[in-house]
Amino acid sequence: MIFSLNFLYLLVGLLLGFVALLTALDRGHPRRLTSALFWGLYAALYLAGDFMAPAVAGALMIAMALLAGCGLVKPGKHGTLNEADRRASAARLGNRLFLPALVIPVVTVLGATVLKDVHIGEWALFDKAHLTLASLGLGALLALGAACWLTRASPLQGLREGRRLVDAMSWAVTLPHMLAVLGLLFTEAGVGKAVAEVTTSWFALDSRFAAVAMYCIGMALFTIIMGNGFAAFPVIAGGIGVPVLVGQYGADPAVMAAIGMFSAYCGTLMTPMAANFNIVPAALLELPDKNAVIKAQIPTALPLLAANIVLLYFLMNR
Amino acid sequence: MHTAVNLWPLLGVAVIAAGFLLRANPVLVVVAACAVTGAAAAMPVMHVLESLGAAFLKTRNLPLVLLLPLAAIGLLERFGLKEHAMASIAKIRSATSGRLLIVYLFLREISAAAGLTSLGGQPSMVRPLIAPLAEGAAEARNGSISDALRYRIRAMAAATDNVGLFFGEDIFVAFGAIVLMQTILRAEGIEVDPIRMALWGIPTAVCAFVIHSWNLRRLDAAIRREGEGK
Repeated sequence: MIFSLNFLYLLVGLLLGFVALLTALDRGHPRRLTSALFWGLYAALYLAGDFMAPAVAGALMIAMALLAGCGLVKPGKHGTLNEADRRASAARLGNRLFLPALVIPVVTVLGATVLKDVHIGEWALFDKAHLTLASLGLGALLALGAACWLTRASPLQGLREGRRLVDAMSWAVTLPHMLAVLGLLFTEAGVGKAVAEVTTSWFALDSRFAAVAMYCIGMALFTIIMGNGFAAFPVIAGGIGVPVLVGQYGADPAVMAAIGMFSAYCGTLMTPMAANFNIVPAALLELPDKNAVIKAQIPTALPLLAANIVLLYFLMNR
Repeated sequence: MHTAVNLWPLLGVAVIAAGFLLRANPVLVVVAACAVTGAAAAMPVMHVLESLGAAFLKTRNLPLVLLLPLAAIGLLERFGLKEHAMASIAKIRSATSGRLLIVYLFLREISAAAGLTSLGGQPSMVRPLIAPLAEGAAEARNGSISDALRYRIRAMAAATDNVGLFFGEDIFVAFGAIVLMQTILRAEGIEVDPIRMALWGIPTAVCAFVIHSWNLRRLDAAIRREGEGK
């Protein structure tokens, strides 16, 4: 395979290593060495992760968390073109500027559909098990090439701009990763079982409506805690959905499952634990309030959760 | 009283809730929750460290979607991608931030429902194109906009991408969530046709579109109010 997961880890590892190097060389940086160390550790986990003992990787992760948590990771200063130059360049390049940006989604979709079986010589182009990610990797490289060709900038400049965006998100980049780790630890420690125990034994589910409401709200709440609907579904479907809704009230399992998963997604819209959807975009869009995206989503998520309860109540026994 | 299930690991959940309520640094909250959960489940320190490390290495695929496009997007931004997007939308007289985002919501939801979830995304679409377009439409209407409103428009652009993705992808039959639901239900002894699960997601998907579009209309109203207030 040419575009395998390991190749993508290598690319990201090199990007992060470059960020670390530039940070270390950035004399005007307010937290030069500790920031460089943070990005260097992250790069090492991508480049050398497969050769590390798990306990070492765990220790590196804790070290990164402490560096970020103690305010030792800061963005540097970045030389950008001033606004007049950017406007002039925008006027000169016009709509052609959109083309490289569209290369990423178009190549990703083509790769995952049309090109998925392409071989070059003996080698498959994409890793079948990670088709979308592999195609995204190819799309990102082609887009960088197209952008360099269009703007006559060097790929090195592209890496510098990449660092500017990584710096804009700063340590928030690693948050989805760390929360996923916590989710796995929760599973291993039996948090899911404990939640199911509490919801099913402490609450009365003696009316059809109460059971439906508890099921949908339970999905949302548990997703808010775990940050992931996929973690909530087995617990709440197993704890309330199957025994109570299907077993006691004769619900259609397909309706119970579909609307249950969507109730979990309402929770995803409202939780900082789903950092890659909620916290990272706030950082990426340079919003001062890290919870701004969640606040924008709550007026959609809450009415939708109520709609789910009503839909499930009326549709499950039709 | 004795229950067969150990309820102590819930302390880890309590740490997360307290941490976010106190607005502590999220990374520190995660580490504290890991420590408390490990202790509550009576796991030795080395074992916790090994679990964390193994999980961290296993989830390295998560940030790829975010990090891979950055070099190309950053380079285009340097040469005026945002400025060009804002100037382009200003030429369309009927464009408002809300209407533009409703169109994006529709396209995002439909394409995700067809399995094309990568036609969008926060780093590759929202930051370089959708957010500047939405901001540009508001600026073209009002002349200039306050920072508070600018941030609200950006946050709504990010929210629109999320809502479209979540409630579109789950009515695509081959999506992971459908496979997951089928697997879980099979383990419970229930056999369900994936197509029926996808179909029963449609009423919620329609509700999501209607409710979020209504919120986008409210965004337009807020932009209009600020424009008239000047």
